[in-house]
Amino acid sequence: MKRLARLFVSLAMIGLFVGAPFSWSAAKNDWPMEAFEPDLTNLPSLQNGFKLYANYCLGCHGLQYQRYGRTADDLGIPRELALETVVFTGQKIGELMTTSMDPEQAKAWFGATPPDLTLEARLRSPEWIYNYLKTFYVDDSRPLGVNNGVYPNVGMPNVLLGLQGVQRYDQASGKLFVEEGSGSLTPEEFDVAIYDLSNFLYYVGEPSRLERQRLGIYVLLFLVILGTFTFLLNREFEKDVH
Amino acid sequence: MAENQLNQKPVESSGLMSWIDARFPATETFEYHMSKYYAPKNVNWLYLFGWLATFVLVNQLITGIWLTMNYVPSGDAAFASVEYIMRDVEFGWLIRYLHSTGASAFFLVVFLHMFRALAYGSYRGPRELVWLIGMAIFAVLMIEGFFGYLLPWGNMSYWGAQVIVSLVGAVPVVGPDLMEWVRGDFLMSDVALNRFFALHVVALPIVLLGLVFVHFVSLHHVGSNNPDGIEIKKNKDENGVPLDGIPFFPYIVVHDVDATVRFLFVFCLVVFFAPEMGGYFIEKPNFEVANPLKTPDHIAPVWYFTPYYAMLRAATFPLFGMDAKFWGLVTMGAAVIIPAALPWLDRSPVKSMRYKGWPSRIALGALCVSFIVLGWLGLQPATKTYTMLAQLFTLLYFAYFVLMPWYTRVEQTKPEPERVT
Ligand code: HEC
Ligand code: HEM
Repeated sequence: MKRLARLFVSLAMIGLFVGAPFSWSAAKNDWPMEAFEPDLTNLPSLQNGFKLYANYCLGCHGLQYQRYGRTADDLGIPRELALETVVFTGQKIGELMTTSMDPEQAKAWFGATPPDLTLEARLRSPEWIYNYLKTFYVDDSRPLGVNNGVYPNVGMPNVLLGLQGVQRYDQASGKLFVEEGSGSLTPEEFDVAIYDLSNFLYYVGEPSRLERQRLGIYVLLFLVILGTFTFLLNREFEKDVH
Repeated sequence: MAENQLNQKPVESSGLMSWIDARFPATETFEYHMSKYYAPKNVNWLYLFGWLATFVLVNQLITGIWLTMNYVPSGDAAFASVEYIMRDVEFGWLIRYLHSTGASAFFLVVFLHMFRALAYGSYRGPRELVWLIGMAIFAVLMIEGFFGYLLPWGNMSYWGAQVIVSLVGAVPVVGPDLMEWVRGDFLMSDVALNRFFALHVVALPIVLLGLVFVHFVSLHHVGSNNPDGIEIKKNKDENGVPLDGIPFFPYIVVHDVDATVRFLFVFCLVVFFAPEMGGYFIEKPNFEVANPLKTPDHIAPVWYFTPYYAMLRAATFPLFGMDAKFWGLVTMGAAVIIPAALPWLDRSPVKSMRYKGWPSRIALGALCVSFIVLGWLGLQPATKTYTMLAQLFTLLYFAYFVLMPWYTRVEQTKPEPERVT
């Protein structure tokens, strides 16, 4: 007992000293984020997001855990149509949406391998993706001439430049401005496009989400009914106990 | 009629049951553990958590078996196989969320289960072995949780395991070799993943089941404690039935079933509507495959380890020629093990908090507060202030135990009642 006590006293002493704490720096970025509300029931939005993704992103970023067929089914796209409009790699409809980009080469080109984005919306957040896609701007000091508001010194080229147009950063106001008429979409149309893309990535992050919530309602309802019976049963039995 | 092997008392049964009872102690066992096992009639909601822990254990076993059918324990395939379960396996997402949420639920109910024992002095005689077996269960459960957390091979899995395994390296002299032996490699790799898998799905569940079994056997031998901390076996009627007891079957069983439905309601709320629980049950960096070259910005273990993790980090300076990391390991180990000493630390003439004095109540309150604060601190980056706080609350945590022989002896207690209230 005494020895035990001594051990704990010495342990306690440790606490009295203050040493150099470990330090982890949480990399924070204080770019003001625009709000983003995903909507998985908006099928046209998800379909458009899917199409945009296949056209503008899949060349570099795979969705290697998600299948074409399942995606088409969930988004209400007939499989034949999907094969024509989103499968550009000669793959079969049941296959995973891998990218044909060679990771080694990509690394050499961009300084970073484009990561797989299947789980990006769960790793970051759909809001982060939306803001990321919106804040590419011209920066001649960068190798690709482009920088990003929420992801400073990003290695990704501004692949949506043609749609959004030329966006510049104004030091004085700290805001981004698009040169009027420089893109094929109006700012409003562009916002819709990146909304759809982010919404689609939110879907891909967890394709069973809606099914989960739907089933959840039934399970909870069932438990309420079952609980009513068990409650009444238990009350009957408790009457015996005095 | 069948013969009871031990005391030759005949057991009432007829027909098929009688045939079985002659060959297997079915009716006898049922009576011993159920219909003629008497639980105190004043047990309250804190007594539900033992059963709920059993229920969650069964959930973990069943969902775990189904996960194993599609999970692939290899560095190249583990992460993808989990996503395969989430996407391509029928109801795979449900099985996985039941398992991941179950892990957190397990610790939650076990913490409450242990708190109950502290509040009512259930660790004291004649239940010392029930308590010690419980402590063994708790230790195995923590290891089980730790091994399981590596399996999805996400980046937080990887780095969390890396941090904890590297602690072994702090053991004097043999540390580095020991660490390599545990990992089976120079860094966390397939080798570690495979052995963690084997231990998580086979070895430790068997140990856990064995321990839970003896937990029950020893509990049913001595009988349950109750919120008054007095023995119901002291007052029996002419048939030897405790006056304040009620038969486990059907009364407690029906009560437990009812409570299970309520528990399930809350559990399913999480499973179906918040399985990540805001990053506490499934951490964000775990949505990225393990990457030995990319340390997450902020390594934090899952919430149920954070109180101990905060104590580990609270040791920040070398002492007696050993480095800080070693003392962190010692502190953490001591924090897990020290409750085992409780049956001998508590010198109070009464068991239950209801009849103990204010010093005991304040001490238990302080223990709970420090455990929760440490749990929160373990999730934060270790800044200077936070580290100081962690040191303070580590002291407070240990004070509950170390000072117990003193404050339980000097305090003014109230007399225990003769019968349960
Ligand atoms: C030309 C190849 C290329 C194309 C096309 C491309 N990206 Fe990227 N992307 C990259 C590279 C390279 C990175 C890595 C940047 C870094 O880490 O610095 C990246 C990074 C990202 C990230 C951040 C990943 C992270 O969390 O670190 C997101 C999100 C992203 N891209 C989305 C998209 C979307 C959406 C599209 C389609 C509109 C797209 N990308 C098209 C090359 C590309
Ligand atoms: C897998 C985990 C566990 C399971 C399944 C389990 C199961 C049970 C059950 C069913 C009971 C009787 C019901 C009740 O009193 O709640 C019980 C009682 C008890 N358990 Fe556990 N237990 C577990 C872990 C623990 C742990 C970790 C401890 C403490 C370290 C512990 C200590 C006790 C004590 C002291 C009692 C008697 C309580 C009393 O009579 O007041 N158990 N356990």
